[in-house]
Amino acid sequence: MSAVATAHDPAATRGAPRTAVRWRPALEAVVLPVGAVLVALILFGAFCLTQGRNPLAVFAAIYQAAFGSGYSFQNTLVRAAPLMLTALCTALPARLGLVIIGNEGALVAGGVAATAAGLLVSTTSPLVVISCMLLAGMIGGGLWITLVGFLFYFRSVNETISSLLLNYIAIAVLNHLVNGPMRDPSSLNKPSSFPIPEDKMLPLLGSTNVHFGLIFGIIVCLLAWGLMEHTTFGFKVRMIGGNIRAARLAGLPVTRLGLITCFLAGAAAGIAGMVEVAAVQGRANESLAAGYGYAGILVAFVARHRGLPIILVATLLGGILASGGILQRQFQLPDATILVFQGLVFLVILLSESLYGKFKFFKETGA
Amino acid sequence: MKFFSRTFPLIATLATATLCSGPTRAADKVVAGFIYVGPKDDYGYNQAHSEGCRGVQKLSWVKGVEEASVPETTAVQETMRNMINLDGASVLFPTSFGYFDPHILKVAKQYPKVQFVHCGGLYTEGKHPANVGSYFGYIDEAVYVAGIVAGHATKSGKLGFIAAKPIPQVLRNINAFALGAQSVNPKATVQVIFTGEWSMPVKEAEAATSLINQGVDALTCHVDSPKVILETAERRGIFVTGYHANGAKLAPKGYLTGAEWNWSKVYTDYAEAVKAGKSLAAGTIPHLVRGGIKEGFVKVSDYGPAVTDAAKADAEAAKAKFLAGTMVIFKGPLKDNTGKEILPEGKDLAQQALELESMGWLVAGVIGSTKN
Repeated sequence: MSAVATAHDPAATRGAPRTAVRWRPALEAVVLPVGAVLVALILFGAFCLTQGRNPLAVFAAIYQAAFGSGYSFQNTLVRAAPLMLTALCTALPARLGLVIIGNEGALVAGGVAATAAGLLVSTTSPLVVISCMLLAGMIGGGLWITLVGFLFYFRSVNETISSLLLNYIAIAVLNHLVNGPMRDPSSLNKPSSFPIPEDKMLPLLGSTNVHFGLIFGIIVCLLAWGLMEHTTFGFKVRMIGGNIRAARLAGLPVTRLGLITCFLAGAAAGIAGMVEVAAVQGRANESLAAGYGYAGILVAFVARHRGLPIILVATLLGGILASGGILQRQFQLPDATILVFQGLVFLVILLSESLYGKFKFFKETGA
Repeated sequence: MKFFSRTFPLIATLATATLCSGPTRAADKVVAGFIYVGPKDDYGYNQAHSEGCRGVQKLSWVKGVEEASVPETTAVQETMRNMINLDGASVLFPTSFGYFDPHILKVAKQYPKVQFVHCGGLYTEGKHPANVGSYFGYIDEAVYVAGIVAGHATKSGKLGFIAAKPIPQVLRNINAFALGAQSVNPKATVQVIFTGEWSMPVKEAEAATSLINQGVDALTCHVDSPKVILETAERRGIFVTGYHANGAKLAPKGYLTGAEWNWSKVYTDYAEAVKAGKSLAAGTIPHLVRGGIKEGFVKVSDYGPAVTDAAKADAEAAKAKFLAGTMVIFKGPLKDNTGKEILPEGKDLAQQALELESMGWLVAGVIGSTKN
C-alpha cells in the first residue's frame, strides 16, 4: 500500500538536477491519465457496439449530460460534492500507509451526530444550528475512524477489515436510533429522526441547484492538500507512510500522528454526512447510506490520495454518474451500463499507474 | 503515445456530434416519467411499476420514459428535473417510498405545472404542494387470498414470512396472510423473519433456508425483490406465494399464487386525466387515490399446478366478496400474538380505517415480534 501512496512523489523520488527540464514528468502525469480515459472510452465504445448503439452518439450524450451545459454541470457538481469529502477518508490515512475503507460508516456516524446536534439546538439561529451540526458531524465521523486507528495501533487489528466492518455497525446504529430514541413517530413507513427545521438547513448556491456542500468539499480538499503536501505535519505523516520503523527511529510520535490523521479523515467523511442531512435529506434515515462512502474509495485511489486531484476526479465521477440517466432514457440501455463505464474508466486509470516511468520519452535527460 | 494519433479524429467527431444533439420533444404526446429505486427486472416492486409503464404505453398518445436504480438522494431530484427539462414530461411517477420527502416535495415546488404522483399514500392536504398526488393499493386483500391458498397447501401447518422491516405496511400484509391462512386452517402459524433491509438477497436466502429447516412448507415475503426467496423455495421443494409481481417463472412447481400490483390500470387513469387537461392543482385529479381488488389496483396471480380445487374454491369465494365490497379482513374478536385484545367482538376495521395505517401489532398465530 505504501507503494501506491508514495511511488509518484516527485519531490521524494526524483533526484533530478536542479537545472533539468521538468516538463517531461509533468507531461507524463497528464498524458497517462488522459490516455487511460481514452482507452476506457474505446473499450466502452466496443461495449456499446455489442448493445447495438452508436458509440459516438453515446459519448456525445454522456458529455452533454455531464458537462455540456450549465444545467448539466450543476448536476455533476452536486454529485461530486459528497465524493470529495468521502474520498479524503481513504486518502489521508493512505499517506500513513493505512488502507481505510470505512468511509460509509464515518459518513453515517457524522450524519447521525450532526442530526442529533441540530435537533438539540434547533430553536437557535440558523448559523448556530449549522455550526453545531458541522462540529458534531466532524466529531462523529472523526471518532469513528479514530476507533479504527486505535484498533490498529493498540491491538494490531487490520485497519481495512475493521473499518469495513464498522460500516455495517454504523448503519445498524443508525437504524436502531431512527427506529428508537430519535424516531419521529409520524414517520410510519420510513422510520426517520425528527426533521431539522427547513429554514435552518444549508442553502443552495444562488439560483442554482447546487447546495453549499460543494463549497465544503472544495475547501476541505484544499486544506487537506495544504496539510499533507506543505506542512511539517504532512511531511511526518508521509514519512510514517514511507517507513514506519524509520519514522519511529527518527523519534516521530507515530501513534499520535496516526490517530490525528485518522480523526481528520473521519471528520471529512463526517462533514459529508452532515451535508447530506443539512442540505439534502433534512433528517436522518436509511437514505443516508447511499453509497457515497464506497464511491469515495474509488476517487481516492484514482486521485493517488492527493487533495487537489481528488477535486478533479470527484468531478469526473460526478459527471459519469450524472450521465447515467440519459443512457437509460435516450438509448434504452440497462441501468447498469453506467457502472460498466465507470468500472472501465477507473480500472484503466489504475492500470495506467503501472506505466509510470516505463516510457523513455518522459525521463529527465538532465541539463 | 500512439493513442493520441488514433483517438484525435474521435475527439473531433465527438465534438461535432455534441453540437448537433439537443433535447427532443414529443409535441403532441403525453410524456410520463417513471423512476425506480432498483432494476426494472427484479421480479418485484420495481418490475411491477415498470410493467405499469409498459401497460400505459399501449396508449398510442403516451410516451413513457424510464430510469431505474435511482437512489433516494439528490440523484432522484436530478432525474425528475431531467425528465421535465429534457424529455418534456408533464406527469412524473417517482415510485420509491423514500422519494417523497424531501425530494418530490422540493422539485414539485419548482415545477408547479407538472403533476408529481407518488406511490405510497403520503399526501397531506395543506402541507404538501398542490401539484403532488399520491396513490396506493390495498394489496393486503390479495395477500389475504394468497394466505387462503397457502393455508390449504401446507401439510405441517407452518407458514413462513420473510419481511423487510416491522413497519405498518409490512405488518398489515403479514397479518392479512396469517388471517387468510387461518380462515381455512385455524391451526396454521406464520413465522416471521425481518431482514431489516428492503433489498438484501443474502439475508433473504438465509432466512428462507432457516425457515424451511424448521419445517415451514409454504413461504411468502414482503421485500423489494422476492426472486431469491422464490428460487430457494423451489429448490427445496416447498410451496411459495409471490409478492409485487408474478414469480411463477422462478418457481414453476411450487408457485401457488401471489399478490400483484396492477399499476397499468392506475397509470392509464392518470394519463387519461392529464390528456383531458385535468390537474392536481385544480383539484380535477384527486390527490389521494387508493383501491384494492375491486378497483383493479391489485390482483391475484393465476393459480399454480399444485393448487387444489378446494383451495381454488375458497380463494375464489374470498375474491368474490372483495369484488362485492363485503369482505372485511380485520374483524373482531381479534387478539395480537401477546394475548392483548386488538378488536372486541363485533368491531370491524374497514380498509380505509386510520388504525390500520399505524398498525404496530401481529395477530395471534404469528410467531415473531415487531420489536425486531
